[in-house]
Formats: sequence, C-alpha cells, structure tokens
Amino acid sequence: MPTNDPVKGAGKIDTPALVKALRQFLPNAAVITETEALRPYECDGLSAYRQIPWAVVLPETVEQVCQVMSLCHHWQIPVVARGAATGLSGGALPLADGLLLSLAKFNRILNIDPIARTARVEPGVRNLAISQAANPYGLYYAPDPSSQIACTIGGNVAENSGGVHCLKYGLTVHNVLELKVVTPDGHLTTIGGPALDSPGYDLLAIMNGSEGMLGILVEVLVKLLPCPERAQVLLAAFDDVERAAAAVGEIIAAGIIPAGLEMMDGLAVRAAEDFVHAGYPTEAAAILLCEIDGTNEEVSDHIRRARDLLLKKGATEVRTAQDDDERIRFWKGRKSAFPAVGRLAPDYYCMDGTVPRKRLPEVLTRIGALSREYDLPVANVFHAGDGNLHPLILYDANRPGELRRAEDFGADILELCVRVGGTITGEHGVGHEKIHQMCVQFSAAELEQFHRVKAAFDPSLLLNPGKAIPQPKHCAEYRTLARDTLVPPGERSKAAG
Amino acid sequence: MNSGQDLSTELREHVLQAAAEDKRLELLGGGTKRFYGHPTTGVPLEISGHRGVVTYEPKELVMTVRAGTPLAWVEQALASEGQMLPFEPPHLGDRATVGGTLACGISGPRRPFTGAVRDFVLGARIINGRGDILRFGGEVMKNVAGYDTARLMAGSLGTLGVVLDVSFKVLPLPERELTLSRECSQPQALAEMNRLAGRPLPLSGACYDGRRLHIRLSGSSLAVAAGKNHIGGDEGHSQQLWQDLRELSLPFFNSPQPLWRLSVPASAPPLECTDKQFLDWGGAQRWLVSQAPPESIRTMVEKLGGHATLFRGGTRNQRIFHPLSQPLMILHQRLKQAFDPKGLFNSGRLFPEL
Ligand SMILES: Cc1cc2nc3c(=O)[nH]c(=O)nc-3n(C[C@H](O)[C@H](O)[C@H](O)COP(=O)(O)OP(=O)(O)OC[C@H]3O[C@@H](n4cnc5c(N)ncnc54)[C@H](O)[C@@H]3O)c2cc1C
Repeated sequence: MPTNDPVKGAGKIDTPALVKALRQFLPNAAVITETEALRPYECDGLSAYRQIPWAVVLPETVEQVCQVMSLCHHWQIPVVARGAATGLSGGALPLADGLLLSLAKFNRILNIDPIARTARVEPGVRNLAISQAANPYGLYYAPDPSSQIACTIGGNVAENSGGVHCLKYGLTVHNVLELKVVTPDGHLTTIGGPALDSPGYDLLAIMNGSEGMLGILVEVLVKLLPCPERAQVLLAAFDDVERAAAAVGEIIAAGIIPAGLEMMDGLAVRAAEDFVHAGYPTEAAAILLCEIDGTNEEVSDHIRRARDLLLKKGATEVRTAQDDDERIRFWKGRKSAFPAVGRLAPDYYCMDGTVPRKRLPEVLTRIGALSREYDLPVANVFHAGDGNLHPLILYDANRPGELRRAEDFGADILELCVRVGGTITGEHGVGHEKIHQMCVQFSAAELEQFHRVKAAFDPSLLLNPGKAIPQPKHCAEYRTLARDTLVPPGERSKAAG
Repeated sequence: MNSGQDLSTELREHVLQAAAEDKRLELLGGGTKRFYGHPTTGVPLEISGHRGVVTYEPKELVMTVRAGTPLAWVEQALASEGQMLPFEPPHLGDRATVGGTLACGISGPRRPFTGAVRDFVLGARIINGRGDILRFGGEVMKNVAGYDTARLMAGSLGTLGVVLDVSFKVLPLPERELTLSRECSQPQALAEMNRLAGRPLPLSGACYDGRRLHIRLSGSSLAVAAGKNHIGGDEGHSQQLWQDLRELSLPFFNSPQPLWRLSVPASAPPLECTDKQFLDWGGAQRWLVSQAPPESIRTMVEKLGGHATLFRGGTRNQRIFHPLSQPLMILHQRLKQAFDPKGLFNSGRLFPEL
C-alpha cells in the first residue's frame, strides 16, 4: 500500500468538542462518528484500500460547507471531499484523523438554459442526470464516463474525467465554464464564468483534475452540446490484438474523427457478452467499436469509409448496428465491461495509462507478456482512439501475495506507459494509488512546483493531504528501494519484502 | 523546417543570471503582440532563436514545437499534411511565434465551435523563476497526472515562466468550407447565432459586422451541404472575411479610438451602448470601439456575466484586463509567487499587482 508523508490530523483534538461545534450548524444526522455508520465511507471504487474516517459530515447548503471548512481550518483538521465514490485511484479514500465531506446532498440541477446551452448544477448531481435533463431541448453533456449513472459532476471535475465521447468532444476540462469553490479557509469564490473565458490565469485548467486538493466544488456550470442528428456504430472483429490496435491509428489518420473509438480484447468481449448479451462475436481476439455522428448523409459516408478501412486493415468482420436498439446494446456491452470482467475473478484492479496511439500494438503485446510473467490474467477494455488503456488485472485478494503481485504488475504497466512517451493516468487520477509512479513520471523539481501550486490554493495543506503529489523525499526512497528497475518483473514482490 | 536550434540551456542561463542579479526580464517572441496587456519593463529576453519543430507525426495529430518557432512555419508544416491549429490564432504580423500565441491565449473565429488555444495544449516545457526546466503534460491525448500546469500557461502572458516548447493537439483541415451571409439587425443576428449553435450543424464561424450576419460551415462536403440547406442565405466568397477577422484587419478595427474586447455569454442581449460593434464567436466575443469611460463599459459587461479587456489603444497605464475579485487576486499573487518568486518575468504585464 503506497504511503506518503504523515499529515496533520484530528488525533490531537478534542472529539466531543469538535462534534459539538459541527452540530451547531449541522443537523445531528449530518454528523456521523459511530464506526458502524462510518464503514460505508471507508473506500471509493478502488476497494483494495480502506480506511474508516474520523467522522463524516453531510452538509446541505453552501453556507454549511463554508462553516465546515472554516471550522476545520481553525482546528487544522484535514478534509477529504467525496462525491459518489466511484473513483478508481483512492482519491476519496478517507483519512483516519480527518473529516470526510460528502457532497451527496448537493443533488439539484439548478438551471438548464437551452439558449445559452448551459446547465448549472450542484456538485452531487450525477453525470447522466445532466444529459437527461437537457435532452428535451435536444442538448446533452458530452463527457460520459462509463460510470455515468453513478458518478457526480463534482467528482468528474476533480478528476477531469473522460468517456467514450471525449475523443471528439473533449474531456471535462473542455466542457466546464464556471465553478463555485469553497476555499480551504471557508470562503466562497467563483472561478470562470458564463462567458467563454475570464481575465487572468486559467484557473479552470488547474481546478479540473485537481483531485479535491485545491478547493471544495459547490456549483458547476457546464456546456451543453446539440444532440447529433444521427449516430451510428460499427463493430469490427479482429483475430489479432495487434492488428486491431494498429487499425485505430489508421482511422484517425484517414481524417475521420469518430465520436468514440473503443477497443475490447477477447477476454473482455466474452465477459461482456456473458453479462449483458450485447451480441458480440465471442470468438474474436479483439473488437473495435467505432461510433460516427453528424448529419445523416455525413454519417452514411463516414461509416462506409471506416468500414472499408477496417476491412482493409484486417478486420475479419465489420457489422453496422441495424437500429438504435442494437447500437445501444453494443455500447451497453462496453459500458458494463468493468463489472462484467469483475465477475471472472474475486477481485480486479483497473489501470489507466495513456500512450501515443502508434505505440498501442507493442504496449498491448508487452502487457500480455507481463500477464504471463506475473501469472495473473488481464483483460483490456479501453478508449483506444485516445490511447487511454484500461488493463483490468484479475486476482484474488484472499490468496497470500496476490494483491501485492497485482499492484506490481500494475506498476509495471504504468512505467511501461511512461517509457513509451505516455502517462500513468489518463482519467482516473493519481489519488492514493499511483503516488509512487508519479516519481517515475516527474522530476523532483516538477513535483516541488506542484507542491507550490497546491500551497497557493491551500497554504495549510488541509485538503486531501498526502494524495496525488508525492514528496520528492519519498520518491528518492522509492527509486532506490522498492522499484529498482534491475529487479526482474515478478521478483519485485519478493525483493520489496 | 530543419533550421531549428535548441537554446534551452542558454535561456536557462539568462534566467539564472537575472535571478542572481535581481533583474527583470521581458520575454519577447516576435513582438507582434507587444501592445497587448500592460507595458512591462525589463531586459528583453529574445526567445525567437529557440525554434524548430521537435516532433510532428500527422497520424498522431500532435505537434511539439519550440516556443520561438514562427507561427507561419507551423501552419505551413501542418497545411502540407492537411492539418491545422484548430483555434485559428491571429498572427498580427509576420513574426508571430508559437510562444507568444500560447502566452497571449488569443483565439480566432473558430473558437466557440472547436476550442481555444488552451483547449489544444497537451504539454509544455518551461523554465520557472528558479531556473528549473520543468515538463508538464506530454504528447498524449489524455493526461491527468499532476495539476494541468501546461494549460495554465495559455493566456498567462509570460508571467509564470519561459515556455520552451509546447505540444498541441492538431486536427485535419475540413474537407469543405463555405460561408452564408444575409442582412439583418443585431438582435436578429444574436437570436439566429444562438439558435444555430443549438442545432447539430458543422458551424465554424458566426459573426455580425453591423449589417450582415455571416455563418461559416466546415466539415465533410455532405455535412456542409446539409447545413447550407438548413440555414439558407447567400453563399459568398468569404474566406477573406474570416482571415481578416482573425487578423483584426477589417476596416472596423482600424479606428484610432480604443478597441475593447468584451467576452460575454453568447446569449447575452445587445449591449446598452450605441458605439460601433463587431460581433464574433456567435455573440460571445463583442468588439467595441468606444471612448466611453472604462468604468461604464466594465459595469455594463459585468451585468451580462462577462468581462472587458482594453485590447488596443487608449492609455496603456490604466487597467487593461478586467479587475479580479479580491480572493482571486490573492490567488493570482500566490500562483505568481509559486512559479516566479522573484518576479522576474513580464512584471506587471497581466496585472500591475503581478
Ligand atoms: C465501473 C466504472 C467505470 C468508470 N469509467 C470511467 C470512465 O470511463 N472515465 C473516467 O474518467 N472515469 C471512470 N471511472 C472513474 C470514476 O467514475 C470517475 O473518476 C468519477 O469522476 C468519480 O466521480 P465520483 O463522484 O464518484 O467522485 P469520488 O470518487 O467521490 O471522488 C473522486 C475525487 O474527487 C474529489 N471530489 C469529489 N467531489 C468533490 C467536490 N465536490 N469538490 C472537490 N473535490 C471533490 C474527491 O476528493 C476525490 O479526490 C469509472 C469508475 C467505475 C467504478
């Protein structure tokens, strides 16, 4: 389990006094301190890491959030924000001596403006709910994480989440106009605005993907896009993973920017087929799902071109969804692929590296080889058009040493991504999980710069401390000890103890 | 294209020396946008020698380029592969560089439909005020490791560091482009621009020159044809219009009076002001030529949820950019301090307080 420097905490403070102070402005039920009631908050979507928080608060108004923050600032108590806890990097993992601030009650859509094409929402609103509310106006919110029925817009902004449609329509950072933020000392500020830009530094760029470390988001204004006239999806089957990966680059190079271009390998295809009966070709080594959207005639034309190209690049079969039902079924298979793969083993560990598109074939081959070396199966389901990999490592935490082996396998994959010019995280964030691998991607001076940015927003370092950015000192230890690259894969667990 | 040179080491030496001697620097690319922002003092640090395309792989839709590279080179290299910088940055002179383009963060008519400079930044290498060479982001499409510091450079007017190189996401040139124009009033133009932006059309420009509404469509021939049927109007030979709008070289921009750039929600009503205006960005960017007191312009724009920049002309020692709320100014000062503790770079150029 990664560790970072110790942080300040509630250990030193008088619990009854603090609870009393919180209950001055929060209803009794909105302050939770009993262990059993705290248990549901002990982890996010990366459940391998768990920690019961010191206390949970569930404020309902912005004013209450300000009061919570100002109180914590006064007592110097760390705070971890939590949306729907679908995060996959332990970003919302609580601290034993910190407060967990749940935004669950901020679940109202405040306004949909069909003329301005914006939605003003509270941070706890679910991603999909925005598109549903905008649908009557022929509009939608483009970034669509596969977890969209559950994850919140606050979590999306904090992680700069992506989704199937981000290839064409951008990530969260490209679709957010304004944020209302409570500062670590309890003041409400506004970053960005309803216009397309604002004076001064681009603070929206920094807030998106800041993993709850710079401020508490209490309101979000997002852009809405017009629903395309038509969307059509192709399913291309391949008998070879490398060939499928190579075809991804060819489509983009042909000047077609699909609305989504996703890949699933054989293991993932079969798991999804068993789970939701999407109608996938279960004998394929890999499939590509390629969605084209636009005007009616344009879609027909691009579908034809993409289809020819895929066949030319070695697809054994290319199907066009016959109707909307089939299209939805094709996507349902993809969107439920994580839980589907999850049924194949007691536990799975989802990775999130990004590589240049052209390196996809070799990286997938290398992941296959690592899977054999570590003796752990891996399924690949991912945003191929963006080069954003999601290897799902299957393991059994109850078998001694397997979690450790899965972690080491994952670490190898991430370091491989960095080596080929990519990154350790494309959309899930660093959180608690990838803190070690940050040391591989960044120099000490770069990490120091991140810490200075953090301190500019949060001088007392109270928000989500210990996550996302490792201490350079900790990296020096990590580089020399745990991840000595001379240790052959598979030997690492033993070497590290 | 190969006549590039890497001056990272030399530039770093200059920064270290300036830090040692407590000397301020004015970061200078081609000087085409030197008028923009507040005047700054400091010894000019020429970036334009640090030039050349570092990597460009058309299939990956990514170009990494040194900050001093002329923008014209970049656009030529891209065009020869059928690609473009999707944010249509204005050159405002032959010598415009990539670094200046990023630092000023100014985007052209395509901005509301495809994105701004900041939207296409994938990574950057910078020298901070301590003389550290730092790399943020990268050449991949998605990257959330660490704060998005590369994107922060867009529009920072060189106040946070010397940008050494930038990686941009690029896009294919549209297969076809055409412009439809028709006469109408300003309220009609605003209503129409907002209506069209809410429809699934391949829009790439929407402006109103005071007399006529111009809509540009870009994309596959089929999509553009379908859009044309939907919108109607006269098809003009208006490539030049968009080029001139992008370069602010239309007659409208020639006035000796102060030129204001108002950034407002596209759906904001017409301004309560009779001075000459040119509407771009589907109504979200309104150019105003006006002698009115700055305060009244700023108040008017604030009411609409926007902000006003004294883009060109007027006296340059007054506020250029819209004043920030106090908490935001404090944050700006702390960020400046975080990157450039001695205040070496472009002191006062963005805000006198920085
Ligand atoms: C099955 C599955 C599929 C997924 N698919 C995708 C995908 O396709 N793309 C993708 O990008 N991600 C995906 N994820 C990951 C996850 O859903 C996203 O990261 C999501 O944005 C997290 O939202 P959340 O509300 O659950 O946030 P949480 O997990 O509760 O929190 C995430 C981070 O945000 C911070 N945070 C939350 N709310 C706030 C706030 N109001 N203010 C400040 N900080 C806050 C937390 O402190 C934490 O650091 C998937 C997860 C699962 C389980």
